[in-house]
Amino acid sequence: MKKALFIAYPLFAAIFVLAADQPAVRVEPTNSLGPRTLEKQTETAVIRDYLQAWHSLSGALEQNRADLLDADFVGFAKEKLASTIREQTELGVHTHYQDTAHDIQLTFYSPEGLSIQLVDTVEYDMQIVDHEKPVTTQHVRARYVAVLTPTEVRWKVRIFQAESE
Amino acid sequence: MKFRFAFLLAGLVLAATQLALTQTVVLGLPKTIEAGSAFSIQSTGAGKAVLYIVGSGQVLRRDVQLGETTFFAPGDLHNAGRYIAVLVGASSTENGEFDVTAARQPAALSFLAKPSRLPVDLHDGISGVAYVFDTYRNLVLAPTQVSFQLSNINGAVQTRTVLTHNGVTWTKMDSAAKEGAARFVASAGNATSTRVIQQVPGDPCHLRMSAQPSGQRLAVVTEPVRDCSGNAVPDGTIVTFTETYKGGEATVDVPLKRGVARTEMPAYNGAKLSVATGVVVGNEIYWGNVR
Repeated sequence: MKKALFIAYPLFAAIFVLAADQPAVRVEPTNSLGPRTLEKQTETAVIRDYLQAWHSLSGALEQNRADLLDADFVGFAKEKLASTIREQTELGVHTHYQDTAHDIQLTFYSPEGLSIQLVDTVEYDMQIVDHEKPVTTQHVRARYVAVLTPTEVRWKVRIFQAESE
Repeated sequence: MKFRFAFLLAGLVLAATQLALTQTVVLGLPKTIEAGSAFSIQSTGAGKAVLYIVGSGQVLRRDVQLGETTFFAPGDLHNAGRYIAVLVGASSTENGEFDVTAARQPAALSFLAKPSRLPVDLHDGISGVAYVFDTYRNLVLAPTQVSFQLSNINGAVQTRTVLTHNGVTWTKMDSAAKEGAARFVASAGNATSTRVIQQVPGDPCHLRMSAQPSGQRLAVVTEPVRDCSGNAVPDGTIVTFTETYKGGEATVDVPLKRGVARTEMPAYNGAKLSVATGVVVGNEIYWGNVR
């Protein structure tokens, strides 16, 4: 019994920690996406891959590793994030993005099904570390516009741009 | 005695406030700047500090002298997004946020036109989607007018003008009745993007054949095969000739060559000849005396 508790406790602790790291996600109902009907399965896949892209972004900017973007970003979005990572590396800076909440609305699905756009009001904590010394942590709320395109097995983020609400 | 103590206390408070003022840094940030434009950040206080400007699109760090204005040249900050500015002084840190927005003037279009090849005379058969970017490849999120124009080989032009929403817009166009290449152009401001759409004949519409004796056999040939708009159906399209006669059936598949299909069939007395291609069935010919 004691042995079982010893095993169960770290397991529950791990689940709790994992759950605590997950951002709160709200997906707004889609009224009209323009010329093409969005199937539920596609919507689910797009949201899943977009949230995964945030996870990759966080890891890439924290470790200054552009290769971590490969799985979830393409095109301009990937080039710009890779450029940010180069700048961080040159300055000896790294940043930690911890997304805490997403309020996502799918806004456009192109007629041929080759691009889908979403708008995400996202909240995240951003920590700046300069030469291993934490500079500051700031809570940010921004409106991100993202365009995803289908690839062989998943949707990848092609445009990723923030603006004020 | 009471007054002297109060005076001393007031003096101490004033001195402490002045000391705090010299050590506190204050950051004067613009609320919004246009991507790639020059801007400046004002700070107050005294001494040296480090200014960080950080966003997912760019990261800048500058050593600054507090109390002076820090200038950023055109192009220093060119990626649109939300940025935080952090001014780290010797004893205090000041944070702020601002936005970098895309330039309003479109500089490039990402234009997707589909399909690249389609049959003639198809209503809403061609779709065009345009994403509008500024010179730094930022998506222009402010509503922007995009003009779509489809010009056909015979000079017919379809035009639509639409506003972008969140940097994107789309349209649908009809394919022309006449086969040939069409130029599909999207333009916004000085930015233009062109795609070529190949409009090919549709399915065969009318199919008619004739038969003539050719020795012991029958020579059958179709009239030029055309679609419903009168365009010649491409060579290579398969035409099937079928001959049914007492006790048997013969079938020959022939590709169109120079617009017609021709072959020879056995000349059975009383045979029925039919012709078909795709979903279109042509005329029938009864050969011989018995019908």
